[in-house]
Amino acid sequence: MDTIESALRAAIGIQAVYFCLAAIGLNVQFGYAGLLNFGQAGFLAVGAYAFAVSVASFDLPFFVAIFVGLAATALLALILGIPTLRLRADYLAIATIAAAEVIRLFFGASFKDYFNGRDGVSQFSTAFQEANPFSGPVLGFRPDDFWVMVVGWTLVLLSSLLLLLLMRSPWGRVLKAIREDEEAVRSLGKNVYSYKMQALVLGGLIGCLGGFILAFGQNSVQPDNFSSDLTFIVYTMLILGGAARIFGPIFGAVVFWGSLSLISGILGDLTAGDNPILPTWLITDQQIGSVRFMIVGIALILLMIFRPQGVFGDRKEIALDAR
Amino acid sequence: MPDKTELAQDPAKPSIDDPILVADNVTRTFGGLKAVDVEHVEIPRGKITALIGPNGAGKTTFFNLLTGFDEADTGTWTFNGRSIANTPAHKVARLGMVRTFQLTKVLSKLSVLENMRLAATGQKGEKFFSALFSGLWSGQEKANTERARELLARFKLDAKEDDFAGSLSGGQRKLLEMARALMVEPELVMLDEPMAGVNPALKQSLLGHVKSLREDGMTVLFVEHDMDMVRDISDHVIVMAQGKVIAQGTPDQVMGDQRVIDAYLGEHHDTDITQERDPSAAPETEAR
Ligand SMILES: Nc1ncnc2c1ncn2[C@@H]1O[C@H](COP(=O)(O)OP(=O)(O)OP(=O)(O)O)[C@@H](O)[C@H]1O
Ligand SMILES: [Mg+2]
Repeated sequence: MDTIESALRAAIGIQAVYFCLAAIGLNVQFGYAGLLNFGQAGFLAVGAYAFAVSVASFDLPFFVAIFVGLAATALLALILGIPTLRLRADYLAIATIAAAEVIRLFFGASFKDYFNGRDGVSQFSTAFQEANPFSGPVLGFRPDDFWVMVVGWTLVLLSSLLLLLLMRSPWGRVLKAIREDEEAVRSLGKNVYSYKMQALVLGGLIGCLGGFILAFGQNSVQPDNFSSDLTFIVYTMLILGGAARIFGPIFGAVVFWGSLSLISGILGDLTAGDNPILPTWLITDQQIGSVRFMIVGIALILLMIFRPQGVFGDRKEIALDAR
Repeated sequence: MPDKTELAQDPAKPSIDDPILVADNVTRTFGGLKAVDVEHVEIPRGKITALIGPNGAGKTTFFNLLTGFDEADTGTWTFNGRSIANTPAHKVARLGMVRTFQLTKVLSKLSVLENMRLAATGQKGEKFFSALFSGLWSGQEKANTERARELLARFKLDAKEDDFAGSLSGGQRKLLEMARALMVEPELVMLDEPMAGVNPALKQSLLGHVKSLREDGMTVLFVEHDMDMVRDISDHVIVMAQGKVIAQGTPDQVMGDQRVIDAYLGEHHDTDITQERDPSAAPETEAR
């Protein structure tokens, strides 16, 4: 029972929320517009660090610091997009993955007075936690954590609603058309470059909200929070839930973190004690951390074989690719 | 220059009054190959012009250059008297010059109707902030949908409007692409082999439809290998071979032209050109 309970808590926990926001952002870029952004971690990092430093080093008020974070992320999107979005899709992929690594290393090694190297930035959550209406534990979560979750899931809800409206509109139609065939869209008089830029910025901004939640949840930000693993897990979640579906990233985040915790819980039970159920030559409790990712990987491979469109995707759409 | 006694007029000499499109010295090389080397071309306004030539003559490349899908090495061209050389493709389309592709580009994962709606111009709902408020664009969307349905009916695609465009057959995709181009309400529509793969009965009705475009005041430029069709519907014919325009004129003038016969038939001067459906045995070459 403990195993299931902690799995359920992981499914809606802080990590699930900020990964979910990162995945919603990526859904705009990759899911709807077909942009290969392999640097979503960089967008979260810039947003989180810009906010954190604004408060910790410059004492800016909360909402000003939030604005600084969003503005810095939008700027990053423009810097990455301007030279690459006119080129073939792969150039954006290369630029974003490189940029995300550069950003991470930069925060870890430069301006140590502000970024504090690998220790990262902390002491910026006071204003956020002062607004916390919860004083005791809720559903077994600490009140501080629960407040972050409430704000985080509210942001998930709002950004999903925003996308719902956008993707039902002619704006969303242009985006989906660009994913299919840019040249056809161009031949009909649409400024493809501008739409791709809008998608890159919007997706980055939603990712940046994820960066804020990560920062509030940990009470600090370190460069290692933003390794490229983050980006790849976000892709995994998005594909699991189904790209270009409003619920895809939400479902993906919840199920991914829930099942990861469930698997380690079960493996923990099976390897516990002096006389564990699973033989020690097969697995010991120290190996659970990596084995759970192996099991998730196998599950994903099976999913791709039997349901390539993801859980919420449309099989008929995938079948069209084979024509 | 060959001597100037032929029936068709010399390609370098302008003669049409009020052409909708005029191009001069347009060249494009791929490596060592001069794919397009057009000295002078004019497209008469309100008429149907055929662009013909053997495979690999540079017709598609010329289309790509004129419409901003490829960059010319040299050259100037004007549309409605306004210079549009190396203008981005979407701006060319907005000016009223819309093209289709030889290799059809339907948007497979959009429905047939959505493909059509996408093409409508000046949509308020395509702007980020107004997209959020459906009240601002739903009226326009409804009007566009009506127009789209009319066009689909004309192209015999009305029964397919809710299907994914990717599920259409090759010929149906050609039809959808043509209908979609008309949705933009162009002044000049440029069709790259619009009838390739369309069945003969429907071809006849489409020919009628292309003629009606002319009656509506539209200018049509199309690439076609079927000489009977060219003779049937075109008012003006431009012949390209090896990147150059070798003749322009009325269909009869052009088809009697010795240079044209040479380009198409090589040695077999005595064969009637209209009997030769597929003018060249060269392997199919495709530009984007
Ligand atoms: N992107 C490209 N790179 C290299 N060569 C090209 C490219 N596009 C076209 N060519 C070459 O330019 C020449 C003209 O090609 P184009 O497609 O314009 O011919 P076409 O007249 O449209 O022929 P068809 O009737 O077969 O469609 C061909 O020899 C072709 O190989
Ligand atoms: Mg061609």
